Amino acid sequence: MTLSVSIRHPLAHFALDLSFEAGPGVTAIFGRSGAGKTTLVNAVAGMLRPAEGRIALGGQMLSDRSHFVPPHKRRIGYVFQDGRLFPHLTVRQNLLYGRWFSGAGADLGRIVEMLGLGMLMDRRPARLSGGEKQRVAIGRALLCAPRLLLLDEPLAALDGARKAEILPYLERLREEGMPILYVSHSVAEVMRLAARVILLDAGRITGSGAPADMLSDPASGLAQSEVGALIPARVAARDPDGLARLDTAAGPLYLPTQDPVGTVLNIRIHSQDVMIALSPPVGISALNILPAVVEQVIPRGHEALIRLRLGPEALLARITARSATALGLVPGMPCHAILKTVAIADHSVSEGVTTGVFSARSR
Amino acid sequence: MTPEEWQAVLLSLRVALVATLVSLPFGILAAMALARWRFPGRQILNGLVHLPLILPPVVTGYLLLLTFGRRGTVGQWLAETGIVFAFNWTGAVLAAAVMAFPLLVRAIRLSLEAVDPGLEAAAGTLGASPLWVFATVTLPMILPGIIAGAVLAFAKAMGEFGATITFVANIPGHTQTLPSAIYALLQVPGGEERAMRLVAIAIAVAMSALLLSEWLSRAIARRVAS
Repeated sequence: MTLSVSIRHPLAHFALDLSFEAGPGVTAIFGRSGAGKTTLVNAVAGMLRPAEGRIALGGQMLSDRSHFVPPHKRRIGYVFQDGRLFPHLTVRQNLLYGRWFSGAGADLGRIVEMLGLGMLMDRRPARLSGGEKQRVAIGRALLCAPRLLLLDEPLAALDGARKAEILPYLERLREEGMPILYVSHSVAEVMRLAARVILLDAGRITGSGAPADMLSDPASGLAQSEVGALIPARVAARDPDGLARLDTAAGPLYLPTQDPVGTVLNIRIHSQDVMIALSPPVGISALNILPAVVEQVIPRGHEALIRLRLGPEALLARITARSATALGLVPGMPCHAILKTVAIADHSVSEGVTTGVFSARSR
Repeated sequence: MTPEEWQAVLLSLRVALVATLVSLPFGILAAMALARWRFPGRQILNGLVHLPLILPPVVTGYLLLLTFGRRGTVGQWLAETGIVFAFNWTGAVLAAAVMAFPLLVRAIRLSLEAVDPGLEAAAGTLGASPLWVFATVTLPMILPGIIAGAVLAFAKAMGEFGATITFVANIPGHTQTLPSAIYALLQVPGGEERAMRLVAIAIAVAMSALLLSEWLSRAIARRVAS
Protein backbone atom coordinates (compact mmCIF):
# COMPACT_ATOMS: atom_id res chain seq x y z
CA MET A 1 0.00 0.00 0.00
CA THR A 2 1.58 3.26 -1.10
CA LEU A 3 0.24 6.76 -0.67
CA SER A 4 1.01 9.08 -3.53
CA VAL A 5 0.38 12.80 -3.14
CA SER A 6 0.90 15.59 -5.63
CA ILE A 7 -1.18 18.64 -4.80
CA ARG A 8 -1.41 22.40 -4.89
CA HIS A 9 -3.74 24.29 -2.59
CA PRO A 10 -3.77 27.99 -1.72
CA LEU A 11 -3.68 28.90 1.98
CA ALA A 12 -3.85 32.27 3.73
CA HIS A 13 -0.17 33.21 3.45
CA PHE A 14 1.29 30.69 1.04
CA ALA A 15 0.30 27.76 -1.12
CA LEU A 16 0.65 24.13 -0.25
CA ASP A 17 2.62 22.82 -3.22
CA LEU A 18 4.19 19.42 -2.84
CA SER A 19 4.43 15.87 -4.05
CA PHE A 20 5.73 12.77 -2.31
CA GLU A 21 5.11 9.06 -1.87
CA ALA A 22 4.88 7.14 1.38
CA GLY A 23 5.11 3.37 1.66
CA PRO A 24 4.72 1.03 4.65
CA GLY A 25 6.32 2.21 7.88
CA VAL A 26 6.39 5.59 9.55
CA THR A 27 6.91 8.66 7.39
CA ALA A 28 7.25 11.77 9.50
CA ILE A 29 6.00 15.13 8.22
CA PHE A 30 8.20 17.54 10.08
CA GLY A 31 7.94 21.30 10.20
CA ARG A 32 7.18 24.22 12.47
CA SER A 33 3.60 25.25 13.32
CA GLY A 34 1.84 26.80 10.36
CA ALA A 35 3.98 25.05 7.76
CA GLY A 36 0.90 23.37 6.29
CA LYS A 37 1.25 19.97 7.94
CA THR A 38 -2.33 19.64 9.15
CA THR A 39 -3.71 20.95 5.85
CA LEU A 40 -1.75 18.25 4.05
CA VAL A 41 -3.07 15.53 6.35
CA ASN A 42 -6.64 16.85 6.07
CA ALA A 43 -6.36 16.65 2.29
CA VAL A 44 -5.21 13.03 2.53
CA ALA A 45 -8.12 12.24 4.89
CA GLY A 46 -10.60 13.90 2.52
CA MET A 47 -11.64 16.65 4.90
CA LEU A 48 -10.38 19.15 2.37
CA ARG A 49 -10.38 18.93 -1.39
CA PRO A 50 -7.13 20.28 -2.84
CA ALA A 51 -7.53 22.93 -5.53
CA GLU A 52 -5.25 21.03 -7.92
CA GLY A 53 -3.42 17.76 -8.12
CA ARG A 54 -4.07 14.18 -7.17
CA ILE A 55 -4.00 11.88 -4.15
CA ALA A 56 -3.95 8.12 -4.63
CA LEU A 57 -3.72 5.23 -2.19
CA GLY A 58 -2.68 1.76 -3.31
CA GLY A 59 -3.82 2.37 -6.88
CA GLN A 60 -7.17 3.93 -5.93
CA MET A 61 -7.60 7.55 -6.97
CA LEU A 62 -8.89 9.44 -3.91
CA SER A 63 -8.85 12.96 -5.28
CA ASP A 64 -8.19 14.51 -8.64
CA ARG A 65 -10.01 16.78 -11.05
CA SER A 66 -12.90 14.38 -11.67
CA HIS A 67 -12.85 12.09 -8.59
CA PHE A 68 -13.37 12.88 -4.97
CA VAL A 69 -13.82 10.04 -2.49
CA PRO A 70 -15.51 11.43 0.67
CA PRO A 71 -13.74 10.80 4.00
CA HIS A 72 -16.09 8.04 5.16
CA LYS A 73 -15.31 5.94 2.10
CA ARG A 74 -11.51 6.27 2.27
CA ARG A 75 -10.71 3.87 5.12
CA ILE A 76 -7.95 6.12 6.36
CA GLY A 77 -7.47 6.21 10.13
CA TYR A 78 -6.95 9.65 11.63
CA VAL A 79 -5.69 10.33 15.14
CA PHE A 80 -6.18 13.98 16.00
CA GLN A 81 -4.01 16.07 18.29
CA ASP A 82 -6.98 16.58 20.62
CA GLY A 83 -8.23 13.00 20.54
CA ARG A 84 -11.80 13.84 19.64
CA LEU A 85 -13.39 10.95 21.49
CA PHE A 86 -17.19 10.93 21.51
CA PRO A 87 -18.14 12.20 24.97
CA HIS A 88 -21.52 10.46 25.01
CA LEU A 89 -20.04 7.00 24.39
CA THR A 90 -17.97 4.74 26.62
CA VAL A 91 -14.43 3.75 25.71
CA ARG A 92 -15.75 0.44 24.36
CA GLN A 93 -18.38 2.18 22.22
CA ASN A 94 -15.80 4.69 21.00
CA LEU A 95 -13.46 1.86 20.01
CA LEU A 96 -16.18 -0.05 18.16
CA TYR A 97 -17.66 3.01 16.43
CA GLY A 98 -15.61 2.68 13.25
CA ARG A 99 -15.58 -1.11 13.18
CA TRP A 100 -19.34 -1.09 12.83
CA PHE A 101 -19.13 0.90 9.60
CA SER A 102 -16.16 -0.92 8.12
CA GLY A 103 -17.85 -4.31 8.54
CA ALA A 104 -15.25 -6.94 9.33
CA GLY A 105 -12.63 -4.77 10.97
CA ALA A 106 -9.78 -5.65 13.23
CA ASP A 107 -9.67 -7.77 16.35
CA LEU A 108 -10.84 -5.78 19.39
CA GLY A 109 -9.08 -8.00 21.93
CA ARG A 110 -5.72 -7.70 20.25
CA ILE A 111 -5.89 -3.91 19.96
CA VAL A 112 -7.17 -3.49 23.51
CA GLU A 113 -4.20 -5.50 24.69
CA MET A 114 -1.70 -3.73 22.46
CA LEU A 115 -2.79 -0.33 23.75
CA GLY A 116 -3.37 -1.43 27.35
CA LEU A 117 -7.03 -0.36 27.40
CA GLY A 118 -8.50 -3.34 29.27
CA MET A 119 -9.18 -1.44 32.51
CA LEU A 120 -10.78 1.54 30.77
CA MET A 121 -13.45 -0.08 28.62
CA ASP A 122 -16.52 1.05 30.57
CA ARG A 123 -15.36 4.58 31.33
CA ARG A 124 -16.44 7.71 29.54
CA PRO A 125 -13.83 9.97 27.92
CA ALA A 126 -14.32 12.70 30.53
CA ARG A 127 -12.83 10.33 33.10
CA LEU A 128 -9.67 9.52 31.12
CA SER A 129 -6.27 11.17 31.38
CA GLY A 130 -4.80 12.86 28.32
CA GLY A 131 -2.57 9.90 27.58
CA GLU A 132 -5.40 7.41 27.96
CA LYS A 133 -7.56 9.47 25.61
CA GLN A 134 -4.89 9.36 22.93
CA ARG A 135 -4.49 5.61 23.31
CA VAL A 136 -8.25 5.16 22.87
CA ALA A 137 -8.15 7.47 19.83
CA ILE A 138 -5.38 5.34 18.31
CA GLY A 139 -7.32 2.15 19.03
CA ARG A 140 -10.48 3.59 17.55
CA ALA A 141 -8.67 4.49 14.33
CA LEU A 142 -7.03 1.05 14.13
CA LEU A 143 -10.31 -0.81 14.65
CA CYS A 144 -11.79 0.39 11.38
CA ALA A 145 -8.97 -1.55 9.70
CA PRO A 146 -7.47 1.47 7.95
CA ARG A 147 -5.31 1.20 4.85
CA LEU A 148 -3.30 4.21 6.04
CA LEU A 149 -2.93 5.84 9.43
CA LEU A 150 -2.62 9.60 9.92
CA LEU A 151 -1.26 10.82 13.26
CA ASP A 152 -1.46 14.59 13.61
CA GLU A 153 0.82 15.52 16.51
CA PRO A 154 -0.78 12.90 18.75
CA LEU A 155 1.56 13.75 21.62
CA ALA A 156 1.67 17.54 21.32
CA ALA A 157 -1.00 18.14 23.97
CA LEU A 158 0.65 15.84 26.51
CA ASP A 159 3.31 16.47 29.13
CA GLY A 160 6.60 14.59 29.24
CA ALA A 161 5.39 11.72 31.42
CA ARG A 162 2.27 11.14 29.28
CA LYS A 163 4.42 11.20 26.13
CA ALA A 164 6.64 8.55 27.63
CA GLU A 165 3.52 6.50 28.34
CA ILE A 166 2.37 6.53 24.71
CA LEU A 167 5.62 6.31 22.74
CA PRO A 168 6.05 2.56 23.30
CA TYR A 169 2.53 1.97 21.94
CA LEU A 170 3.35 4.03 18.86
CA GLU A 171 6.45 1.93 18.39
CA ARG A 172 4.31 -1.20 18.41
CA LEU A 173 2.08 0.43 15.83
CA ARG A 174 5.07 0.50 13.50
CA GLU A 175 5.02 -3.29 13.42
CA GLU A 176 1.46 -3.26 12.03
CA GLY A 177 2.93 -2.84 8.56
CA MET A 178 0.59 -0.18 7.20
CA PRO A 179 1.80 3.20 5.97
CA ILE A 180 1.73 5.80 8.74
CA LEU A 181 2.01 9.56 8.25
CA TYR A 182 3.25 11.05 11.49
CA VAL A 183 2.95 14.82 11.75
CA SER A 184 5.22 16.38 14.32
CA HIS A 185 7.38 19.33 15.18
CA SER A 186 9.34 17.39 17.77
CA VAL A 187 12.75 16.14 16.68
CA ALA A 188 12.76 13.64 19.53
CA GLU A 189 9.55 11.93 18.41
CA VAL A 190 10.58 11.87 14.78
CA MET A 191 13.99 10.39 15.60
CA ARG A 192 12.41 7.71 17.69
CA LEU A 193 9.59 6.63 15.40
CA ALA A 194 10.16 7.52 11.79
CA ALA A 195 11.99 5.59 9.09
CA ARG A 196 11.80 8.59 6.80
CA VAL A 197 11.35 12.32 7.33
CA ILE A 198 9.77 14.84 5.00
CA LEU A 199 10.62 18.41 5.93
CA LEU A 200 7.87 20.90 5.27
CA ASP A 201 8.28 24.67 5.28
CA ALA A 202 5.70 27.20 4.10
CA GLY A 203 3.84 24.55 2.14
CA ARG A 204 6.85 23.13 0.32
CA ILE A 205 9.03 20.11 0.87
CA THR A 206 12.53 21.30 1.74
CA GLY A 207 14.10 17.88 2.17
CA SER A 208 13.40 14.23 2.76
CA GLY A 209 15.39 11.21 3.81
CA ALA A 210 16.49 9.17 6.81
CA PRO A 211 16.00 10.95 10.16
CA ALA A 212 19.70 10.87 11.04
CA ASP A 213 20.69 12.48 7.73
CA MET A 214 18.00 15.12 8.03
CA LEU A 215 19.14 15.98 11.52
CA SER A 216 22.81 16.38 10.73
CA ASP A 217 22.20 18.22 7.47
CA PRO A 218 22.44 21.92 8.25
CA ALA A 219 20.69 22.76 4.98
CA SER A 220 17.56 20.96 6.13
CA GLY A 221 16.13 24.13 7.56
CA LEU A 222 15.69 22.76 11.06
CA ALA A 223 16.00 25.29 13.85
CA GLN A 224 19.67 25.60 14.76
CA SER A 225 19.23 24.33 18.29
CA GLU A 226 17.57 21.22 16.90
CA VAL A 227 20.43 20.44 14.56
CA GLY A 228 22.61 17.68 15.84
CA ALA A 229 23.61 14.15 15.15
CA LEU A 230 22.24 10.76 15.98
CA ILE A 231 24.69 7.93 16.55
CA PRO A 232 23.81 4.31 17.30
CA ALA A 233 25.56 2.88 20.34
CA ARG A 234 25.72 -0.28 22.45
CA VAL A 235 26.28 -0.43 26.19
CA ALA A 236 29.62 -2.28 26.41
CA ALA A 237 30.50 -2.09 30.10
CA ARG A 238 29.27 -0.63 33.39
CA ASP A 239 31.88 0.90 35.65
CA PRO A 240 31.51 0.89 39.46
CA ASP A 241 31.23 4.70 39.56
CA GLY A 242 27.92 4.58 37.66
CA LEU A 243 29.26 5.46 34.23
CA ALA A 244 28.76 3.11 31.33
CA ARG A 245 31.01 2.71 28.34
CA LEU A 246 29.10 2.83 25.08
CA ASP A 247 30.71 1.60 21.90
CA THR A 248 29.95 3.55 18.74
CA ALA A 249 31.45 3.51 15.28
CA ALA A 250 32.98 6.88 16.12
CA GLY A 251 34.70 5.59 19.26
CA PRO A 252 33.83 4.91 22.92
CA LEU A 253 31.60 7.29 24.87
CA TYR A 254 31.02 7.47 28.63
CA LEU A 255 27.77 8.49 30.23
CA PRO A 256 25.64 7.54 33.21
CA THR A 257 22.84 5.15 32.31
CA GLN A 258 20.93 2.39 34.05
CA ASP A 259 20.70 0.30 30.90
CA PRO A 260 22.17 -3.20 31.13
CA VAL A 261 25.18 -4.22 29.10
CA GLY A 262 24.18 -5.08 25.55
CA THR A 263 21.38 -2.50 25.24
CA VAL A 264 21.34 -0.88 21.83
CA LEU A 265 20.36 2.78 21.77
CA ASN A 266 20.73 6.00 19.85
CA ILE A 267 22.72 8.92 21.14
CA ARG A 268 21.88 12.48 20.24
CA ILE A 269 24.54 15.17 20.21
CA HIS A 270 23.42 18.77 19.72
CA SER A 271 25.65 20.96 17.58
CA GLN A 272 26.10 23.54 20.36
CA ASP A 273 27.46 20.83 22.68
CA VAL A 274 30.46 20.03 20.47
CA MET A 275 33.80 21.87 20.82
CA ILE A 276 36.72 21.49 18.45
CA ALA A 277 40.38 21.21 19.43
CA LEU A 278 43.27 20.90 16.96
CA SER A 279 45.56 18.99 19.33
CA PRO A 280 44.47 16.31 21.83
CA PRO A 281 43.31 18.37 24.82
CA VAL A 282 44.99 17.72 28.17
CA GLY A 283 43.83 18.81 31.63
CA ILE A 284 40.19 19.03 30.62
CA SER A 285 37.19 17.67 32.51
CA ALA A 286 35.36 16.41 29.44
CA LEU A 287 35.35 12.63 29.20
CA ASN A 288 34.14 12.24 25.68
CA ILE A 289 36.81 13.28 23.20
CA LEU A 290 36.84 11.68 19.78
CA PRO A 291 39.26 12.06 16.87
CA ALA A 292 37.58 13.61 13.83
CA VAL A 293 38.19 15.15 10.44
CA VAL A 294 36.65 18.45 9.26
CA GLU A 295 34.34 17.69 6.37
CA GLN A 296 32.60 20.95 5.69
CA VAL A 297 32.58 24.51 7.04
CA ILE A 298 29.26 26.35 6.69
CA PRO A 299 29.35 30.03 7.69
CA ARG A 300 26.10 31.30 9.22
CA GLY A 301 26.44 34.95 10.12
CA HIS A 302 28.65 35.32 13.18
CA GLU A 303 28.57 31.56 13.67
CA ALA A 304 29.81 28.59 11.70
CA LEU A 305 28.52 25.05 11.49
CA ILE A 306 31.32 22.52 11.14
CA ARG A 307 30.47 19.08 9.84
CA LEU A 308 32.87 16.56 11.32
CA ARG A 309 33.51 13.06 10.07
CA LEU A 310 34.18 10.37 12.70
CA GLY A 311 34.69 7.14 10.76
CA PRO A 312 31.27 6.28 9.36
CA GLU A 313 29.47 8.79 11.61
CA ALA A 314 28.97 12.51 11.13
CA LEU A 315 28.72 15.18 13.79
CA LEU A 316 27.87 18.87 13.67
CA ALA A 317 29.63 21.50 15.75
CA ARG A 318 28.29 25.01 16.15
CA ILE A 319 31.09 27.46 16.94
CA THR A 320 31.64 31.18 16.46
CA ALA A 321 32.90 32.42 13.13
CA ARG A 322 35.86 33.94 14.99
CA SER A 323 36.89 30.53 16.38
CA ALA A 324 36.54 28.94 12.96
CA THR A 325 38.88 31.57 11.50
CA ALA A 326 41.31 31.41 14.43
CA LEU A 327 41.59 27.63 14.14
CA GLY A 328 41.86 27.88 10.35
CA LEU A 329 39.34 25.07 9.86
CA VAL A 330 39.26 23.70 6.31
CA PRO A 331 37.88 20.43 4.95
CA GLY A 332 40.25 17.52 5.46
CA MET A 333 41.83 18.93 8.60
CA PRO A 334 42.17 16.39 11.46
CA CYS A 335 40.95 17.57 14.86
CA HIS A 336 39.32 16.40 18.10
CA ALA A 337 35.66 16.70 18.93
CA ILE A 338 34.97 17.45 22.60
CA LEU A 339 31.42 16.48 23.52
CA LYS A 340 30.05 18.56 26.36
CA THR A 341 26.73 16.75 26.57
CA VAL A 342 25.60 13.42 25.28
CA ALA A 343 21.95 12.48 25.42
CA ILE A 344 20.24 9.18 24.89
CA ALA A 345 17.80 9.75 22.06
CA ASP A 346 16.02 6.44 22.09
CA HIS A 347 16.22 2.90 23.29
CA SER A 348 15.57 -0.21 21.35
CA VAL A 349 11.88 -0.82 20.74
CA SER A 350 9.47 -0.83 23.72
CA GLU A 351 11.92 0.18 26.40
CA GLY A 352 9.53 3.01 27.17
CA VAL A 353 11.88 5.83 28.05
CA THR A 354 11.32 9.35 26.86
CA THR A 355 13.74 10.81 24.49
CA GLY A 356 16.22 13.17 25.95
CA VAL A 357 15.27 12.61 29.57
CA PHE A 358 18.61 11.06 30.40
CA SER A 359 20.80 13.82 29.28
CA ALA A 360 24.10 13.49 30.93
CA ARG A 361 26.62 16.22 31.43
CA SER A 362 29.95 14.50 31.08
CA ARG A 363 32.09 17.50 31.80
CA MET B 1 -65.07 21.58 37.30
CA THR B 2 -67.60 21.63 34.54
CA PRO B 3 -67.27 19.30 31.53
CA GLU B 4 -66.61 22.38 29.40
CA GLU B 5 -63.65 23.36 31.56
CA TRP B 6 -62.28 19.83 31.41
CA GLN B 7 -62.67 19.87 27.63
CA ALA B 8 -60.67 23.10 27.44
CA VAL B 9 -57.85 21.67 29.59
CA LEU B 10 -57.68 18.39 27.65
CA LEU B 11 -57.86 20.18 24.31
CA SER B 12 -55.03 22.48 25.31
CA LEU B 13 -52.86 19.55 26.38
CA ARG B 14 -53.63 17.74 23.12
CA VAL B 15 -53.00 20.82 20.97
CA ALA B 16 -49.71 21.60 22.73
CA LEU B 17 -48.47 18.01 22.57
CA VAL B 18 -49.30 17.50 18.89
CA ALA B 19 -47.96 20.95 17.95
CA THR B 20 -44.65 20.20 19.72
CA LEU B 21 -44.22 16.71 18.27
CA VAL B 22 -45.13 17.72 14.71
CA SER B 23 -42.90 20.80 14.66
CA LEU B 24 -39.90 18.96 16.18
CA PRO B 25 -38.46 17.50 12.94
CA PHE B 26 -39.00 20.80 11.12
CA GLY B 27 -37.42 22.64 14.03
CA ILE B 28 -34.32 20.43 13.92
CA LEU B 29 -34.08 20.88 10.16
CA ALA B 30 -34.45 24.67 10.39
CA ALA B 31 -31.88 24.83 13.21
CA MET B 32 -29.44 22.74 11.12
CA ALA B 33 -29.97 25.03 8.13
CA LEU B 34 -29.45 28.20 10.17
CA ALA B 35 -26.50 26.90 12.23
CA ARG B 36 -24.58 24.90 9.64
CA TRP B 37 -25.54 25.50 6.05
CA ARG B 38 -24.56 28.47 3.95
CA PHE B 39 -27.12 29.16 1.22
CA PRO B 40 -28.71 32.19 -0.43
CA GLY B 41 -31.81 33.26 1.46
CA ARG B 42 -30.48 32.10 4.82
CA GLN B 43 -31.23 35.48 6.39
CA ILE B 44 -34.74 35.38 4.92
CA LEU B 45 -35.34 31.97 6.48
CA ASN B 46 -33.99 33.30 9.76
CA GLY B 47 -36.42 36.21 9.57
CA LEU B 48 -39.37 34.00 8.67
CA VAL B 49 -38.68 31.63 11.57
CA HIS B 50 -38.47 34.48 14.07
CA LEU B 51 -41.32 36.59 12.68
CA PRO B 52 -44.08 35.08 14.91
CA LEU B 53 -42.01 36.06 17.96
CA ILE B 54 -42.13 39.74 17.00
CA LEU B 55 -45.41 40.14 15.10
CA PRO B 56 -48.58 40.81 17.08
CA PRO B 57 -50.17 37.33 17.52
CA VAL B 58 -53.37 38.67 16.01
CA VAL B 59 -51.49 39.45 12.80
CA THR B 60 -50.02 35.95 12.70
CA GLY B 61 -53.47 34.48 13.28
CA TYR B 62 -54.99 36.61 10.55
CA LEU B 63 -52.23 35.63 8.09
CA LEU B 64 -52.90 31.98 8.94
CA LEU B 65 -56.59 32.56 8.30
CA LEU B 66 -55.81 34.14 4.93
CA THR B 67 -53.52 31.29 3.94
CA PHE B 68 -55.04 28.21 5.57
CA GLY B 69 -58.67 29.37 5.93
CA ARG B 70 -61.48 27.83 3.89
CA ARG B 71 -60.91 30.33 1.11
CA GLY B 72 -57.19 30.60 1.61
CA THR B 73 -54.89 29.46 -1.20
CA VAL B 74 -53.31 26.60 0.73
CA GLY B 75 -56.48 25.95 2.73
CA GLN B 76 -58.59 25.28 -0.37
CA TRP B 77 -56.02 22.90 -1.77
CA LEU B 78 -55.61 21.06 1.54
CA ALA B 79 -59.38 20.78 1.99
CA GLU B 80 -59.46 18.62 -1.14
CA THR B 81 -57.05 16.18 0.50
CA GLY B 82 -59.24 16.10 3.59
CA ILE B 83 -57.19 18.31 5.90
CA VAL B 84 -59.19 21.20 7.32
CA PHE B 85 -57.64 23.79 9.62
CA ALA B 86 -60.37 26.39 9.72
CA PHE B 87 -62.41 26.37 12.97
CA ASN B 88 -61.01 22.94 13.79
CA TRP B 89 -58.71 21.78 16.61
CA THR B 90 -56.02 21.08 13.96
CA GLY B 91 -56.08 24.82 13.25
CA ALA B 92 -55.27 25.45 16.90
CA VAL B 93 -52.36 23.03 16.51
CA LEU B 94 -51.09 24.94 13.47
CA ALA B 95 -51.36 28.29 15.23
CA ALA B 96 -49.62 26.99 18.36
CA ALA B 97 -46.87 25.32 16.30
CA VAL B 98 -46.15 28.48 14.31
CA MET B 99 -46.08 30.64 17.45
CA ALA B 100 -43.80 28.22 19.33
CA PHE B 101 -41.48 27.52 16.37
CA PRO B 102 -38.97 30.35 17.03
CA LEU B 103 -38.42 29.17 20.62
CA LEU B 104 -37.90 25.60 19.48
CA VAL B 105 -35.45 26.57 16.71
CA ARG B 106 -33.48 28.93 18.95
CA ALA B 107 -32.87 26.31 21.63
CA ILE B 108 -31.82 23.62 19.14
CA ARG B 109 -29.66 26.03 17.19
CA LEU B 110 -27.79 27.10 20.31
CA SER B 111 -27.01 23.50 21.22
CA LEU B 112 -25.98 22.75 17.62
CA GLU B 113 -23.52 25.61 17.66
CA ALA B 114 -21.97 24.16 20.80
CA VAL B 115 -21.21 20.83 19.10
CA ASP B 116 -17.54 20.56 18.08
CA PRO B 117 -17.48 20.05 14.29
CA GLY B 118 -14.21 18.21 14.86
CA LEU B 119 -16.13 15.36 16.49
CA GLU B 120 -18.32 15.06 13.42
CA ALA B 121 -15.27 15.11 11.15
CA ALA B 122 -13.72 12.39 13.30
CA ALA B 123 -16.85 10.25 12.89
CA GLY B 124 -16.55 10.76 9.13
CA THR B 125 -12.97 9.44 9.07
CA LEU B 126 -14.23 6.39 10.98
CA GLY B 127 -16.54 5.50 8.11
CA ALA B 128 -19.82 7.19 9.07
CA SER B 129 -21.72 8.85 6.22
CA PRO B 130 -23.07 12.37 6.93
CA LEU B 131 -26.51 10.97 7.81
CA TRP B 132 -25.00 8.46 10.25
CA VAL B 133 -22.78 11.16 11.73
CA PHE B 134 -25.91 13.18 12.44
CA ALA B 135 -27.76 10.22 13.95
CA THR B 136 -24.90 8.87 16.10
CA VAL B 137 -22.94 11.97 17.08
CA THR B 138 -24.81 15.23 16.46
CA LEU B 139 -28.26 14.14 17.60
CA PRO B 140 -27.19 12.60 20.94
CA MET B 141 -25.11 15.67 21.70
CA ILE B 142 -27.91 18.17 21.02
CA LEU B 143 -30.53 16.12 22.84
CA PRO B 144 -30.54 18.39 25.92
CA GLY B 145 -31.13 21.36 23.61
CA ILE B 146 -33.92 19.56 21.79
CA ILE B 147 -35.65 18.73 25.07
CA ALA B 148 -35.27 22.26 26.39
CA GLY B 149 -36.67 23.61 23.12
CA ALA B 150 -39.54 21.13 23.08
CA VAL B 151 -40.60 22.00 26.63
CA LEU B 152 -40.46 25.71 25.86
CA ALA B 153 -42.51 25.12 22.74
CA PHE B 154 -45.00 23.02 24.70
CA ALA B 155 -45.43 25.73 27.31
CA LYS B 156 -45.79 28.39 24.64
CA ALA B 157 -48.36 26.25 22.78
CA MET B 158 -50.33 25.74 26.01
CA GLY B 159 -50.51 29.48 26.51
CA GLU B 160 -51.05 30.58 22.92
CA PHE B 161 -54.10 32.80 22.69
CA GLY B 162 -54.03 35.65 20.17
CA ALA B 163 -53.23 33.76 16.98
CA THR B 164 -55.45 30.85 17.97
CA ILE B 165 -58.56 32.90 18.68
CA THR B 166 -58.05 34.92 15.48
CA PHE B 167 -57.53 31.84 13.30
CA VAL B 168 -59.97 29.27 14.73
CA ALA B 169 -62.19 31.39 17.03
CA ASN B 170 -63.38 30.19 20.44
CA ILE B 171 -65.81 27.30 19.96
CA PRO B 172 -66.32 25.28 23.17
CA GLY B 173 -65.45 21.61 22.61
CA HIS B 174 -63.76 22.32 19.28
CA THR B 175 -61.31 25.19 19.47
CA GLN B 176 -61.69 26.55 22.99
CA THR B 177 -58.29 26.07 24.61
CA LEU B 178 -57.40 26.83 28.22
CA PRO B 179 -56.53 30.52 27.61
CA SER B 180 -59.61 31.05 25.43
CA ALA B 181 -61.77 29.47 28.14
CA ILE B 182 -60.27 31.76 30.78
CA TYR B 183 -60.88 34.74 28.49
CA ALA B 184 -64.50 33.65 27.88
CA LEU B 185 -65.14 33.17 31.60
CA LEU B 186 -63.79 36.62 32.39
CA GLN B 187 -66.31 38.09 29.92
CA VAL B 188 -69.32 36.83 31.93
CA PRO B 189 -70.29 38.22 35.35
CA GLY B 190 -69.37 35.86 38.21
CA GLY B 191 -66.99 33.84 36.05
CA GLU B 192 -63.88 34.87 38.02
CA GLU B 193 -64.05 31.97 40.43
CA ARG B 194 -64.22 29.38 37.67
CA ALA B 195 -61.48 31.24 35.80
CA MET B 196 -59.23 30.98 38.87
CA ARG B 197 -59.47 27.17 38.78
CA LEU B 198 -58.24 27.19 35.18
CA VAL B 199 -55.50 29.67 36.07
CA ALA B 200 -54.30 27.30 38.78
CA ILE B 201 -54.27 24.41 36.30
CA ALA B 202 -52.33 26.50 33.79
CA ILE B 203 -49.72 27.33 36.43
CA ALA B 204 -49.46 23.69 37.54
CA VAL B 205 -49.00 22.42 33.97
CA ALA B 206 -46.36 25.06 33.18
CA MET B 207 -44.43 24.34 36.38
CA SER B 208 -44.46 20.57 35.85
CA ALA B 209 -43.27 21.01 32.28
CA LEU B 210 -40.36 23.17 33.41
CA LEU B 211 -39.38 20.78 36.21
CA LEU B 212 -39.59 17.80 33.88
CA SER B 213 -37.39 19.46 31.28
CA GLU B 214 -34.86 20.50 33.90
CA TRP B 215 -34.66 16.94 35.21
CA LEU B 216 -34.43 15.41 31.71
CA SER B 217 -31.75 17.85 30.58
CA ARG B 218 -29.67 17.12 33.66
CA ALA B 219 -30.01 13.38 33.27
CA ILE B 220 -28.91 13.61 29.64
CA ALA B 221 -26.11 16.08 30.31
CA ARG B 222 -24.78 13.64 32.91
CA ARG B 223 -24.83 10.85 30.38
CA VAL B 224 -23.19 12.93 27.67
CA ALA B 225 -20.39 14.51 29.67
CA SER B 226 -19.79 12.63 32.91
